Amino acid sequence: MAITVLNQGGKTALTGCAASSCGSSADALAQLPAALRAKINNHPCFSEDAHHHYARMHVAVAPACNIQCHYCNRKYDCSNESRPGVVSEVLTPDQAVKKTLAVAAAIPQMTVLGIAGPGDPLANPARTFETFRQLTAKAPDIKLCVSTNGLALPEVIDELCQHNIEHVTITINCVDPDIGAQIYPWIFWNHRRIKGRKAAEILIAQQQKGLELLVAQGILVKVNSVLIPGINDEHLKEVSRIVKAKGAFLHNVMPLISEPEHGTFYGLTGQRGPTSAELQTLQDACAGDMRMMRHCRQCRADAVGMLGEDRGQEFTLDKIEQLDVDYAAAMVQRAKVHAAIEAKRAAPAPITPTAPLVTLNPQFRTSRPVLMAVASGGGGLVNQHFGEANEFLIYEASSRGVRLVGARTAGRYCHGPAQCDDSSAQRFAKILRVLAGCEVVLCAKIGYEPWQQLEAAGIIPNSEHALESIETAVAAVYQELSANGRFSAAAVATQRRSA
Amino acid sequence: MALTIIDACVNCWACEPLCPQQAIHAAKPHFYIDATQCSECSGDFADPQCASICPVEGAIVDAAGIALNPPGSLTGITPERMAALQLKRHAPTPLHVIE
Repeated sequence: MAITVLNQGGKTALTGCAASSCGSSADALAQLPAALRAKINNHPCFSEDAHHHYARMHVAVAPACNIQCHYCNRKYDCSNESRPGVVSEVLTPDQAVKKTLAVAAAIPQMTVLGIAGPGDPLANPARTFETFRQLTAKAPDIKLCVSTNGLALPEVIDELCQHNIEHVTITINCVDPDIGAQIYPWIFWNHRRIKGRKAAEILIAQQQKGLELLVAQGILVKVNSVLIPGINDEHLKEVSRIVKAKGAFLHNVMPLISEPEHGTFYGLTGQRGPTSAELQTLQDACAGDMRMMRHCRQCRADAVGMLGEDRGQEFTLDKIEQLDVDYAAAMVQRAKVHAAIEAKRAAPAPITPTAPLVTLNPQFRTSRPVLMAVASGGGGLVNQHFGEANEFLIYEASSRGVRLVGARTAGRYCHGPAQCDDSSAQRFAKILRVLAGCEVVLCAKIGYEPWQQLEAAGIIPNSEHALESIETAVAAVYQELSANGRFSAAAVATQRRSA
Repeated sequence: MALTIIDACVNCWACEPLCPQQAIHAAKPHFYIDATQCSECSGDFADPQCASICPVEGAIVDAAGIALNPPGSLTGITPERMAALQLKRHAPTPLHVIE
């Protein structure tokens, strides 16, 4: 899928970054060496385009953690909750392998098995590596990856290499121990609990050393950072520069989740998370230096399915224990499905008569960038009913092109069983908050009532591009509305101001 | 001389692999320490290992019932401040209260 360029002859030296350097979009990937491209081609977390087509799963075999972060509460477990560190049941390595094979057979587009907690995988080396060892032997068509806080990383590099792990994610929130001391109250190190600045100093040194060793081994490293307003927001630009210089492949800046109900330090003390606009501003600021990930869904340590969906309930222990998976047969089927997906990805995007792609009328060069929310059920298409959308992909359209800038979820945060059954008015209010800053919503279908509600809120609903490729559709709508003068620099909509 | 895990334990497994005497066992409703095996790590480590990694204040107590990680020692939030913060919270259902 090619990036949709609206204005090839236009000026590209505007603020922000050119589409080709943002995110891991298909166009950006085309510039990578073939070997690297092959490594990320079907990894939904390392490649933005892959996440439209391929699924991932996490197995929760790693409960123990060797550090404390102020945004984590080890007590929390709610099946309605989707965020890192949360799981419903901890698995033994044998159970995890069984679950992985069952999911791989049932969801053939699942290409990646990650271990991400609910503690730190490398603080549970026996459980983590036993799971990897069995899967390397039994399921050679599944990519293995691991996500860590980095404290125990340098000591296990050799073992990671033995298990054929090509992707590692390190969470690096700072490179300055004074900032670290405000994020990490303590670490467990050399048989002692260490607190304060000293703890952050050790953690940072281990993370940086781990990053360098992984890069030296040719392992792709993604760096996750939690954006904590007032604590590490400005600092993350420096983090981004440093990890890029050391060879990290991708930087994923994620918003802090700090609902008071979660009982985390930040939740209890009133530390707020960033707004969508703050997050995007920081990601854009880092993007000049570094390839940024924009499609992260901050998933659970036992998530199953496409990013943004969780089919974990279909694969609980009691359900998989009855199953007897013929993995040799499953592998044949999986290979067919993957080939079909690749054939689809290779085909050129259909160009509809309503969406002439290139060469905008010069008058549109004055049109400002606009955010559009897209309801998509996968495949990179506008193919979801507005009422069924629990999350929206956020695209920015401007005279320079179309790019993904984020994914926002309406139903992620659990506020306890009393509030799990939202009334439709509450749900709509929540969706409006999610759509803050967006001026257009693209979906496959939308009912009369929500259509009116969106318009009343100053958002333009559009279901004319059902089943079209997202980027083509966004480009077409931008072009059409620009032609009407809707997005001229002077006509700033109220939505935009209130973002 | 032995330590005890009490019901504040969240079953996170962090302590279990660290015990030099293999005295800690996964159990329900929470992990427990076999008092006949526990040495409080004396002779092995300067600090009891389970209490040095436990993320929950008050979950591990000594023979006198005194918490090795008393309230406020890990979060930095004193019990008085914690009580005030809990009151300030207006969540309808306090499902996940920190001890």
